[in-house]
Amino acid sequence: MGRLWIRGGRVVDPASGRDEVADVLIEGGRIVAVARGMRPEGGGVLEAGGFVVAPGLVDLHVHLREPGQTHKEDIASGTRAAARGGVTSVVCMANTQPPADDPVVVEFIRSRAEKVGLVRVYPVGAITKGLEGKELSPIGALAAAGAVGLSDDGRSVPSAGLLRRAMLYARMFGLPILEHCEDPSVSAGGVMHEGAVSARLGLRGIPRSAEEVMVARDLLLAEETGAHVHIQHVSSRGSVRLIREAKARGVRVTAEVTPHHLTLTDESVEGYDPNFKVNPPLRTAEDIEALLEGLRDGTLDCIATDHAPHAPAEKLVEYDAAPFGVIGLETLLGVVLTRLVWQEGWPLSRVLALLTDRPARILGLPGGRLQPGDPADLVILDPEREWVVDPEQFHSKSRNTPFTGWTLRGKVLATLVEGRIVWMEEDLGSRLLPVGAGAG
Amino acid sequence: MKILRKDLLDLRSLNAGQVQSLLDLSLVALQGGLPRDALQGRVVALAFFEPSTRTCTSFELAARRLGAEVLRFDVARSSVQKGESLLDTARTLEAMGADALVLRHSASGAPHFVARYVRCSVVNAGDGMHEHPTQGLLDLLTVREVKGRIEGLKVVILGDILHSRVARSTAYGLGLLGARVVLCGPATLLPSSLDIPNAVWTTRVEEALEDADVVMPLRMQVERAAAAFVPSLGEFARLYALTPERLRRTRPDAIVMHPGPMNLGVEITPEVAYGPRSVILRQVTHGVAVRMAVLYDLLRHPTVHPELRPVAQRLPAGVS
Repeated sequence: MGRLWIRGGRVVDPASGRDEVADVLIEGGRIVAVARGMRPEGGGVLEAGGFVVAPGLVDLHVHLREPGQTHKEDIASGTRAAARGGVTSVVCMANTQPPADDPVVVEFIRSRAEKVGLVRVYPVGAITKGLEGKELSPIGALAAAGAVGLSDDGRSVPSAGLLRRAMLYARMFGLPILEHCEDPSVSAGGVMHEGAVSARLGLRGIPRSAEEVMVARDLLLAEETGAHVHIQHVSSRGSVRLIREAKARGVRVTAEVTPHHLTLTDESVEGYDPNFKVNPPLRTAEDIEALLEGLRDGTLDCIATDHAPHAPAEKLVEYDAAPFGVIGLETLLGVVLTRLVWQEGWPLSRVLALLTDRPARILGLPGGRLQPGDPADLVILDPEREWVVDPEQFHSKSRNTPFTGWTLRGKVLATLVEGRIVWMEEDLGSRLLPVGAGAG
Repeated sequence: MKILRKDLLDLRSLNAGQVQSLLDLSLVALQGGLPRDALQGRVVALAFFEPSTRTCTSFELAARRLGAEVLRFDVARSSVQKGESLLDTARTLEAMGADALVLRHSASGAPHFVARYVRCSVVNAGDGMHEHPTQGLLDLLTVREVKGRIEGLKVVILGDILHSRVARSTAYGLGLLGARVVLCGPATLLPSSLDIPNAVWTTRVEEALEDADVVMPLRMQVERAAAAFVPSLGEFARLYALTPERLRRTRPDAIVMHPGPMNLGVEITPEVAYGPRSVILRQVTHGVAVRMAVLYDLLRHPTVHPELRPVAQRLPAGVS
């Protein structure tokens, strides 16, 4: 693979603290140098002046739906959506059909991603067989097949005893447990946050405690076993407090929050639109405040989408009957920059850390950084550019976004994986030139 | 003047003036003042996805009294059993020429969902635990007719507030028109809040009934005890049933209402249900008048101004 010079962009690399105008030299799929005023020799030049060059985003929570539910998404369409969203690494959940409770499924996902995937795909294995919460899946074989973590996402492991053994066992292979925290005896068929809005709308509520009792349980088990537990899609202020206290005690816990839980409240459900039906549910302004505070003080480690595609017809039903979940890969950067940089005023570098280096480090994935020797997974973005979310433009097979019509500020212009351009906005094309042809 | 726009989905989206106007029109209907051929040539489709006798019959009678044709959609024998979606059913009925779709469904918000995708009027005949707007209107009409006013009255709604669509419509309408609403039931069956003007919450029934002008116990469903919302129906009855003793705490001229169907001996005792204070049968009579008023208001104009009939939302791509 030839050389590529990305010239004159503002290089923001949260891991090293670099935030300055510089050139990036890529060769052989890796970053060779980041420096000012390099003289291009051979290969191509991408003029990035006026834009930000950052590590590619790392999304720890994605449903690619392959195998088994490819009418919603598949590895090809899901990674195309990721590329368009600036996401260069996706961690995909085990609730496929059949689930990734068998090394063959993990191997299938990896080999399929090799063939048709535009970005890096890291499969997660199931904690229990069939995600049924009864028997452990073959965790050693899953690890050998390349699973990067274990999760029964979509539900919690119901038995504390079984989860405790899973933690002890998974630790031998260095695999973290990624938990969807929900006690079904508390959520009991609920379809939205329990509160004034659910009472008014006559929809069954999911109290905060449905999440919090499981978070508390998991933290106690992680503390006792020494296992690494990663709490998925934290939604409630009580969970933030529990995780904060556990971290202070030295429990090996990390946690993620989704863009939709940082931006939307239960009021959104008012029109009974199933595109606001997610699990855990959208909560209240106070919960959003607590989630922001959690990100600020490091209680919450990263932002992940929980990209959960559902075909249009599946969401075109009465609210109760619709499946939970929204897609998020293609709106991730726009929503997060709009919310945290432009509304909250956080520094860009700090916000990008939550999307790049921090998630990569949680699972020990390559990428998320821009230093010589790192894989050349990077994005060129315009943090100022405004755009309107139009689901018809999505590369995902599904359209179930809660952000239709939103004007977002911050857009991915180009995405590179291993030095290869996997997504580029049309207007950037004129800035990509062979060395010597034009701007020198 | 037309009171409603395209649909009647809930009382919460109406203002006090609209509710009063609907009650006035219902009174006209009650007194036989609406022309018997007012809705000649109009088609009213009744789509009841949950069992209902009284509401369905009441709508049918109301439609026929105004000269409309009634299309009764039999869910049990329909392709719903073959997996046809709610939206397909609604669009099929519309294609058959329905001008109004009267919809009863177990999912809260089902009529709101359907109304976004059909051009005909949608009337909510009860959606899940959300609202039952014509029941709310008939309760308001009954209070207004029997007591002469609504404003300032103390109305106690008793029992399973949490799961009750009647409570949501009736309590909201009463609050909107200035009644003091007391919602009373066991803590497991009281929602945290309902955003109802002038409403208070209590678990203590004796206190709640003090000086009440109107008492309305709600139907207590047998499944609730099974789902451990209360230990047993017997205990619920002991703590909350409207008995003659409890009724003595209210004002001497207080009336008793019930949305039906009643569980005698659970939320209300037979002595009270059939006693002199009961206006339960008048509620039923008023129900027909209210439904006539609603259908009349929505359908009487043969050509409807385009503004009043917003074009139905386009289906998303990939769905036809």
